[in-house]
Amino acid sequence: MNHERIVGTAVPRKEGREKVTGKAVYVDDMVLPGMLYGATVRSQIPRGRIKKITFETSVAWSEFVIVSAKDIPGKNCIALIGDDQPCLASDSINHPEEPVLLLAHPDRHALRKAVDAVSIEYNPLPAIFTMEESERGSEIVWGTDNVFKTYLIQKGNVDDVWSRADYIIEGEYSTGAQEQLYIENNGMVAAYDAKQGITVWGSLQCPYYVHKALMALCDLPAEKVRVVQMETGGAFGGKEDYPSMIAGHAALLAMKSGKPVKIVYDRAEDMAATTKRHPSRTRHRTALSRDGKILGGEIEFTIDGGAYATLSSVVLSRGAIHAGGPYYWPSVRIRAKAVATNAPPHGAFRGFGGPQSIFAMERHMDRIAQVVGLSPVEIRRRNFLQPGQTTTTEQVVRELIDLGKLLDRAISVSEYQTKKQEFAIENGTGATKKGIGIAAFLHGAGFTGSGERYLSSVVGVEGCADGGVRILVSSTEFGQGTKTVLCQIAAEALGLRYEDVTIAQPDTTEVPNSGPTVASRTVMVVGKLVESAARGIHQTLKLSGMLGDSYSAEEFRAACQAYVAGHGQLRSWAQYDPPPDVFWDDEKYRGEAYAAYSWAVYIAEVSVDLTTYSVSVNDFVALQEVGRVLHPVLAIGQIVGGVAQGIGFALFEKVIWQQGRMQNNQMTNYIMPTSSDLPPIRVFFEELGNVHGAFGAKGIGELPMDGPAPAIVNAIEDALGVRFDSIPLMPEDIYDAITARSLRGEDEVASVIR
Amino acid sequence: MSSSGEDRSKSEISFTVNGEQKTVLAFPMERLLDVLRLQLGLTGAKEGCGEGECGSCSLLMDGTLVNSCLVPALQAQGASIVTIEGLDASAGSQRLQEAFLECGGAQCGICTPGMILAASHLLNKNPRPTLEEIKEGLSGNLCRCTGYLQIFEAIATAAGRETAASS
Ligand code: FES
Ligand code: FES
Repeated sequence: MNHERIVGTAVPRKEGREKVTGKAVYVDDMVLPGMLYGATVRSQIPRGRIKKITFETSVAWSEFVIVSAKDIPGKNCIALIGDDQPCLASDSINHPEEPVLLLAHPDRHALRKAVDAVSIEYNPLPAIFTMEESERGSEIVWGTDNVFKTYLIQKGNVDDVWSRADYIIEGEYSTGAQEQLYIENNGMVAAYDAKQGITVWGSLQCPYYVHKALMALCDLPAEKVRVVQMETGGAFGGKEDYPSMIAGHAALLAMKSGKPVKIVYDRAEDMAATTKRHPSRTRHRTALSRDGKILGGEIEFTIDGGAYATLSSVVLSRGAIHAGGPYYWPSVRIRAKAVATNAPPHGAFRGFGGPQSIFAMERHMDRIAQVVGLSPVEIRRRNFLQPGQTTTTEQVVRELIDLGKLLDRAISVSEYQTKKQEFAIENGTGATKKGIGIAAFLHGAGFTGSGERYLSSVVGVEGCADGGVRILVSSTEFGQGTKTVLCQIAAEALGLRYEDVTIAQPDTTEVPNSGPTVASRTVMVVGKLVESAARGIHQTLKLSGMLGDSYSAEEFRAACQAYVAGHGQLRSWAQYDPPPDVFWDDEKYRGEAYAAYSWAVYIAEVSVDLTTYSVSVNDFVALQEVGRVLHPVLAIGQIVGGVAQGIGFALFEKVIWQQGRMQNNQMTNYIMPTSSDLPPIRVFFEELGNVHGAFGAKGIGELPMDGPAPAIVNAIEDALGVRFDSIPLMPEDIYDAITARSLRGEDEVASVIR
Repeated sequence: MSSSGEDRSKSEISFTVNGEQKTVLAFPMERLLDVLRLQLGLTGAKEGCGEGECGSCSLLMDGTLVNSCLVPALQAQGASIVTIEGLDASAGSQRLQEAFLECGGAQCGICTPGMILAASHLLNKNPRPTLEEIKEGLSGNLCRCTGYLQIFEAIATAAGRETAASS
């Protein structure tokens, strides 16, 4: 079936040569004539009102450009889903990193001193820092009830199942904030010209999000706002919404000074002020039959959104829909809630709510297995979703997925059974305990529910004067391989060589809005549109009589050249057209939540050193079905990179909070995995022959973030016989739990067994 | 804070970069990273952390791998510096760059100049490193995208070719 020439092969990364030679240009590498540097003066308290701002006299303030909320020409907000987040605080302070003033100066060193020479006095107000405080509502810090958003997903009648259940099993699980820690900090350069308007160049994921935010903030029409993406040094969701804030700041300084302004955060500011993964808490109450089948359950999923709404509602939605995992629930009730606290807003991070609720589900499955007396393998096998069954949102599984088969293969390549037996024997003695754990999961590709319909993305493909083909999309490259894979798709669709296809650097004056580069949607949704727009080019050449049905790359080139010479331009557009059979009810949260899912079984092997209480991951198997793999090297790179971040999420990366502020906002004390912390990560793909997406590709980018944490914590429980339901799981937590257990002298009793 | 006053406390510092003799005027404690990026336009070295933790500002100074965010400009006096821009020429570094391309060693690319310099430094000392030695050689360089495995593979591939080419 796979007779493609380019799709499925490891062509060189389009922008790879610039990257390996150090020539790729990132925003901090950019210098414009007369450029100033900009910096942000931030609040220092979590909540209150600004009483007075004092400028110390030691600084020559006349040399500085100073911008406050009063200088904003348009609306003082970062327009996204809602408009609640101000660009600059003018009165109320709702978290300790809130931007208050902007300064610009030609000398970076002078700027730093000046930031310290601004002092702000406040009338402080009581602040809240945990989901529990927020839910209690003793202080209302957002809206009328501290609640950004709730969802209710209901399937069947879950109230009926409790009386029929042989087991009712409860658990509560939590996950911490996680910093994206892209190695390139956030940054923007802005320039203003009364005639042309504002232009920003920056490190970002979503050019049209920034475009929309700048229009509202600067009160400019669409054609007077230009957003250009520079080479972007990692993003992982962390450059989805906050770049609009920095672009706004740079733009305001550029408008006021009439000079180009660069704002590049240093690491400490980036970590403290920009978004992180939402902390979460998930409660499960599950009814099971004697033979270990899920009868139904209630899931309560809560996330901490921080001080403003930003993307929390969408993160919550994805988390809620993934909360039931890849299992069949005859009935379920999922209550999801995003609440406000006085921390900087939490935002997008690879997986977008999925890693949080899946951690809970997969820990809970192991818990269920113990209570019911089945193995972790068997409990999963008995409950896996089958084609024809429905998900928690009553989406019929139409893909011919066989999760049992994925599980079998993962078990076999990881030598799960043999290791399980070996460890049981070896763990008796010795100060090192070994364990092995499983996580099975799914990840929906593309926007949730009606999201893609609302986005209605457009892509263009252009036949160029030199006979080559150029792709026009706002989809951004930040390491995942967007440019490469989209070029492969167009080349394949047109029967051209990979070298014949190029892709425009995202620039809102040049490329249409193909939607944000998020939600593992680029290859599946945008790729499909690139494929059809590319075919449109051939269609035009054919109708004009310049090209037949079969042609060589040279013939195509000649025809394209001739057409452009004669007509001036050759362009073809494609717009997202929702498939007719897709049903989604935004009110009831029911229907086809995602056009396609990727499926996976991950297995982690760990050892826990009982002298240091540290955990090492010794082996990791990542087996997944992501549809057609369009580029094997990039696909493996996505999986391995995601697993590494997942290992960090589980074992290394702990944000230490004090009064809503990150205390360890440095790479020296917020620890991500280094080259010596990672096990062999063995990646396997199953291909089912899918119909989705371009050449059968589904989403891949976020999936690998979901599985590592639960697989690892399941393995740790297997090693130690102690339950851990919270991550990050640090050596001190393991020490505490083991000490507590030996004091109690026995294992705790299963929660509720009927 | 007048600028003429500042110039007076600056010093002339001379060193070789990528084989070229350069003299700059800089504050003695200015970071070598800034001098290279801002004064000499050598932007291949990146600032990831500014505190010696990430290695994205790595370069070779008299044959030693250093984090240029921690090196005061004055320390570069008389030194011979190689940045990613200067690695281009030799056959060995080209093999490394090709291997990074082929094996997926560069994703977002921001850590890549530092990684390639660290790798080149490693291969100069140890042309056939084991996996453990590769890991050790990269211990000062963080990558958030790749999970390192394809970087290890790239270095092993380049090392293999290096040996093949020299035998
Ligand atoms: S910027 Fe120098 S080590 Fe990170
Ligand atoms: S490739 Fe992005 S940090 Fe290494």
